[in-house]
Amino acid sequence: MSSIPMEYYLILSAFMFSVGVAGVLIRRNAIVVFMCIELMLNSANLTLVTFSSYLGNSIGQVFVFFVMTVAAAEAAVGLAIIIAIFRNKKTVNIDEINIFKW
Amino acid sequence: MVIINLIYLTTLLPLAGFLINGLFGRKIKNEKIIGIIGSAAVGISFLIVLGAFIQTLGLPTEERSNTVELFSWLNVGGLHIKFAYLVDQLSLTMSLIVTGVGFLIHVYSIGYMHGDKGFWRFFAYLNLFIFAMMNLVLGDNFVVLFLGWEGVGLCSYLLIGFWYDRKFEKGTTSQAAKKAFVVNRIGDFGFLLGMFLIYMTFDSLNFKEVFSRAASFPIAESTFGLIALFLFIGATGKSAQIPLFVWLPDAMAGPTPVSALIHAATMVTAGVYMVSRASIIFASAPVVMTVVAVTGLLTAIMAASIGLVQNDIKKVLAYSTVSQLGYMFLAAGVGAFSASIFHVMTHAFFKALLFLGAGSVIHGMHDEQNIQKYGGLKKYMPKTYITFFIATLAITGVPGLSGFFSKDEILWSAYANGGFVFWLIGAITAMLTAFYMFRLVSLTFYGKERFDHHHIHPHESPALMTVPLMILAFLSVVGGYVGIPKVFAGEHGNLFEGWLEPIYAPAQAKLATFGSHTHLEEILLMAVSVAAVLSAIYFSLHVYRKNPQIAENVSNKFKGFYNLLLNKYFVDEAYEAAVVQPIQKGSEKFLWKIFDVKIIDGMVNGVASLVESGSGFIRKIQTGVTQSYAVVMMVGIALALLWLILSL
Repeated sequence: MSSIPMEYYLILSAFMFSVGVAGVLIRRNAIVVFMCIELMLNSANLTLVTFSSYLGNSIGQVFVFFVMTVAAAEAAVGLAIIIAIFRNKKTVNIDEINIFKW
Repeated sequence: MVIINLIYLTTLLPLAGFLINGLFGRKIKNEKIIGIIGSAAVGISFLIVLGAFIQTLGLPTEERSNTVELFSWLNVGGLHIKFAYLVDQLSLTMSLIVTGVGFLIHVYSIGYMHGDKGFWRFFAYLNLFIFAMMNLVLGDNFVVLFLGWEGVGLCSYLLIGFWYDRKFEKGTTSQAAKKAFVVNRIGDFGFLLGMFLIYMTFDSLNFKEVFSRAASFPIAESTFGLIALFLFIGATGKSAQIPLFVWLPDAMAGPTPVSALIHAATMVTAGVYMVSRASIIFASAPVVMTVVAVTGLLTAIMAASIGLVQNDIKKVLAYSTVSQLGYMFLAAGVGAFSASIFHVMTHAFFKALLFLGAGSVIHGMHDEQNIQKYGGLKKYMPKTYITFFIATLAITGVPGLSGFFSKDEILWSAYANGGFVFWLIGAITAMLTAFYMFRLVSLTFYGKERFDHHHIHPHESPALMTVPLMILAFLSVVGGYVGIPKVFAGEHGNLFEGWLEPIYAPAQAKLATFGSHTHLEEILLMAVSVAAVLSAIYFSLHVYRKNPQIAENVSNKFKGFYNLLLNKYFVDEAYEAAVVQPIQKGSEKFLWKIFDVKIIDGMVNGVASLVESGSGFIRKIQTGVTQSYAVVMMVGIALALLWLILSL
């Protein structure tokens, strides 16, 4: 593991994050947007683990556990919201859910 | 010093009466209890004033002016106002009149207001009035005086509009009340300016300090003139002189005891009292003295001439009051301050009596006030008739009654200090007074009965009303003997003048000394004026008692002049056209429709529409599409990161 340079992990993480951002910004389906958010969270997790491992400091890994817990809770709530919206509007396309405007 | 130190009770008791009747009167309901509380508060005050008066009489002359300090009232910067009462010859004289006549009128009111749904309210207001009036006359500085000054104005307003649901002439009683209040405010403004100027000039508002400084400080005559003029403007408002007299005739919208107490005996004399109190300031401004005298003289003759043709019994008396107040200012203006206060006193007796007698007639005639619809009431109301007749003799100045002494002293002072023209106009006014008063008596008590016998059954009033009439009639007869002219009583014979002399000594020192006139001259003038008055009485009786058609012929012959008098010289109409209409039109056309609507509203609405149009443009960025917000956020974060990286 130590043979693989740290940059590789960071580049992978940055790539995953960028994919997540792009997905959030351009996808219409709320489920997909939601998955992209998970992707961004996990890319951040990867970065944390990388630094933790390379610096020999376990705090980063502890943080990752917290992030995963929160992400799980957020996933539960988020999916519930999406289901509630679907029941009301028969759609999960977020460009059709635009009632919060002037 | 014991009773003098209790003088604060004379304001405290009426205040207590006001609070009890005002707060609980509606619950008490029982007219007897309310009336007794109201009357007792004033009656006990009268006894205290009487005690203080007797005690002061026992003191040597130089110790007769005492100050009773109650508490420190205002402390602002260098201004220290104490709430204190000045018990001296002048304030005691006024206090005796206010509480004495006030008490009689309170008792009378128990009978007069019997059965009125606002009985408790009436007594509460009357007591409040006595409280304010006592502060006015007892105050030891201009601020306490001003407190009373405004207080009596308020009570006047409340009592004129007492029957607020009744019609009065072309409007309502509330309009009459408002008119009185507004006109009074104009005068009050002048009084306030005068007070400010006094404080600027003398650095004090305390009577003793101001007046001693006025006598000794080297102050320009123009400053004195300005102060005196402002104070006099205040006096014209309160005491119904030209040009601010228009409110007093309308004040007759109030119940008759109010007209007697406030608009004849006490409040309207406040201006005379104030001028008299500040005599040294007026005496230091000879020009303003002349203004005061001429104003008084013109008011006297003008009001008397209007009184000749009025048909409302209270209106005649109202104009008579204005006219008599004019006499008082004439006296003050020619430097005879004690004569003016003397006339205040005798006038309080006989004019209160006249008004109360008129009230008794109105009471007996079921609220009819038109003297053309009276006639022959003598046999129905003998007590009212006799007392009314005595008061009429007193006001016309028939020798031997109180009015003769005070009026004669004023006329003599007018001649001695003012000149022959002053005396002549004063004497003509006395003739007019005699004429319209006997016209009033003839039309009311003599002649054919001109009322509708089916609906109106004249009757004498109850004892509660007639006893005060008799007491006042007694005072109207004997009240003058405290001021017998020097020509009859010798150098120290005029008790009233001697009693008030110390108050006016500084003012008299500044005034030009009396010209040398012989006793013969004085007696001759007196004889002439008495003869004139008697002939006016005879003429009046001849016309109105025996040959009423003469009056009709004369009024037809001089129709223009008659209408001029009947319409009160069109002063009300002139004010309406010159003051009220421009203010109303200006307010409506400019202040409301242009300034308020266009400028004020325009500014407020302009700001609002600016915000609205701006936000109408900006709100377009709120698309409601979450992703567009996310894009903005991302771009923002990216830029922030870029800036961080570049700045490293």
